[in-house]
Amino acid sequence: MLDFPRWKVWLIGILIAIGVLLSIPSLIAGTPLAASWPKWLPQYKISLGLDLAGGSHLLLEADARDAIKQRLQAKEDEVATELRRDPRIDIGDISTAGGRLSFLVRDPTKVDTVVERLRKLSQPVALTGNRDWDVQVMDSTRIVLTPTQAGTTQALRDAMSVARDVVRRRIDPGGTKEITVITEGGNRVLVQVPGVEDPEALKQLIGQTARLEFKLVDQSANPQDVQAGRAPAGSQVLPMADGTGAIAVKRRVMVSGDQIVKAQQSFDQDGRPVVAIGFNSAGARRFGRVTQENVNKPFAIILDDKVLSAPNINEPILGGSAQISGNFTVKSANDLAVSLASGKLPVKLNVIEERTVGPDLGKDSIHKGVIASLVGTVAVMIFMLVTYGRFGVYANIALIVNAFLILGIMSMFNATLTLPGIAGFILTIGAAVDANVLINERIREEMRRGRRLMDAVESGYREAMRAIFDANVTHVISAGIMAYFGSGPVRGFAVVLLIGIVTSVFTAVYFTRMLVALWIHRTRPRALHI
Amino acid sequence: MKLLKLVPDHTNLDFMRWRNLALILSLIATVLSLGYTMYRGLNLGVDFVGGQLVRVTFPQPVDVERLRAQVDSLQLGEASIQEFGSPRTVQIRLPKPGGGDAAANVAADRVRQLVESNYPGAKIDSVDTVSGKVSGELAQNSALAIALAMLGIAIYIWFRFEWQFGVGALLTLAHDIAMTLGFFAFTRLQVDLNVVAAFLTIVGYSLNDTVVIYDRIRENLRKYRKMAILPLLNLSLNETLARTVVTSLTVLLAMGIMMLIGPEVIFALSLAIFLGVVIGTYSSIYIATPVLVWLGVQPDSFLKGDEKEDEREAQPA
Repeated sequence: MLDFPRWKVWLIGILIAIGVLLSIPSLIAGTPLAASWPKWLPQYKISLGLDLAGGSHLLLEADARDAIKQRLQAKEDEVATELRRDPRIDIGDISTAGGRLSFLVRDPTKVDTVVERLRKLSQPVALTGNRDWDVQVMDSTRIVLTPTQAGTTQALRDAMSVARDVVRRRIDPGGTKEITVITEGGNRVLVQVPGVEDPEALKQLIGQTARLEFKLVDQSANPQDVQAGRAPAGSQVLPMADGTGAIAVKRRVMVSGDQIVKAQQSFDQDGRPVVAIGFNSAGARRFGRVTQENVNKPFAIILDDKVLSAPNINEPILGGSAQISGNFTVKSANDLAVSLASGKLPVKLNVIEERTVGPDLGKDSIHKGVIASLVGTVAVMIFMLVTYGRFGVYANIALIVNAFLILGIMSMFNATLTLPGIAGFILTIGAAVDANVLINERIREEMRRGRRLMDAVESGYREAMRAIFDANVTHVISAGIMAYFGSGPVRGFAVVLLIGIVTSVFTAVYFTRMLVALWIHRTRPRALHI
Repeated sequence: MKLLKLVPDHTNLDFMRWRNLALILSLIATVLSLGYTMYRGLNLGVDFVGGQLVRVTFPQPVDVERLRAQVDSLQLGEASIQEFGSPRTVQIRLPKPGGGDAAANVAADRVRQLVESNYPGAKIDSVDTVSGKVSGELAQNSALAIALAMLGIAIYIWFRFEWQFGVGALLTLAHDIAMTLGFFAFTRLQVDLNVVAAFLTIVGYSLNDTVVIYDRIRENLRKYRKMAILPLLNLSLNETLARTVVTSLTVLLAMGIMMLIGPEVIFALSLAIFLGVVIGTYSSIYIATPVLVWLGVQPDSFLKGDEKEDEREAQPA
């Protein structure tokens, strides 16, 4: 067992060299040395968790009620558009009460045609055998569309993946930042943005659904009714965004924000901040036609069910570009422009968890963590040296190699180092020497029993191995469960522990055994001082 | 060079002599600890009850009373304000507001504005906002993770050793967790997610000693078939004593340094692991081992069924 063929020595040596090499870019990151690291060598780096680098972690959850409402509205638009294609079909009394869309078909003979058209509109939901909407006829002229459970679930899932992309575009329009945006558990989006100075601005950017609609103002509405919240048929009452009362608008959407292809903050002729928008060709045509037909009528610019402003259409707007006015500041106009350019959120997102760490706290933590790790490592090494002499030195060399290997493997997998991860690191250092303590104490024991040196060392390693194995499996179980259940920083802790368990068995058992074997072969010692 | 030997070569301490007393005391301590935890409750952080935690560093030591009055004037509910690590650093904790998630975000905002406008140069170090939904899930997941880790390890020990050892490991873990819980209930140290990481670490690492001792017991049971169980346990404990002491000291050394000069944010994590090692060392000797006697571990526990038959037949009746 103490026979180490040359190729094994080389193999262990090469593995360690690779580990050390991999760890260097992470160690010199941020120092002047980083620039002189040759480009042809590995460049993998450990990333710092938000608790060390500073930044914001936001967990957003879809507002399910809002999602259902939006889906119903979209359906209403879709149905209206579809049925308008057939001029013989006339519908009325549209209602979305009770989470269902229902309307009357004025001509009873057309009911079957309508049902036929609407059934074609509904989609099968993958794998469930259900369609996304149920179409029913009640009282022979009223048609009711009810969302199916499968359809709602599927829609939410689709909405979340769109929401994820929208959130990413809003936070990082240039696509250059190292941000994390992922969906979690079907109705959540996790956002991690390093180095954010102002998390409030971030939240505002994400919090806005940014559903932009242009609707005609219903001038026939009685002002008293509007103040009481009642609107004529085919119209609805919406509040003004600045809180100055409410206004009645036609339900029908003239043009929606979906057709906007560009948006940027700008100023109008009076120097007030506005958002300049540009439509795609279909949107531009539509916008042109609608404005042409409604010259000298006011139309409402509606953002997330609030009326930003209701300017008069002075002349047809044909070029496909327009300005949105409202009581904007430069910043709020800019935010809206970003939101519009990134598209509307298909569902309202609420912040259910926020964790923000300032950059200075992170720096301070790294500084203290590194110092404590170094002092702790040195203290453990001194303790090992005075307890086991030469064998302590071997354990210490293994310890240093172990530290490099942990960093190297973390770099290779681009693992995230968190603040608890630093504690995990030092815990690993403390626990890694346990294997050597087990081995060395066993060798002492075997020596006391009068075994010869070679026998004692060999059975020391062999007998200690069982306990080392069992102990490490228990560590793997707890660290593995931690990695599975833990979030953010805690997972970082578990990852360091898991990597440390693997590397410490390698260094503390195989590597030190090689050192001992080489020593015995070279010097043929007669006595062992342990 | 004279090497340090913390434990002399041939110890022969009669650990098992005190086993009943130790078990009774441990049982009382465990019950007291759990009872106290239930009675006083843990000082759960926002991670587990929801709410907000804002940490601020001021350019000079701050008058906590004045700050408290200012925060109270925002009427965000009962705020708690404490120094955190130094007189210049405070943590402001706000309860979960009524009125949904949007209200929670507004509250943190207003504290931020208050600090920034009244204390020029003050820095917001961190803001944690956790809604009731998330905190409930975190608490549930944490409890589940700890329970799963305990069970998983106990099952592993059962497979690798014998069922008595698995039960012993489980009881040892329950004791260690109960004592640590009691410690946190008593000191009112805040229990956050990091502390749960510490609990899971304790589950893994406090069992380290137990595994090593169990391994020696298994070895000795096979080696000394005729030895009575109590002397055999004593022998195993004495043989592993030097290793127990040295390893515990290295981990305590490393974690102690982390506690003293490491980052404040993970003080509770380091402390919990430190404590777990002390408790784990004790429980591996006085709970994990004597429990085996109670559960009837015999010198033939590690023999297969037919081997046991052979043994019995070989012995004259």
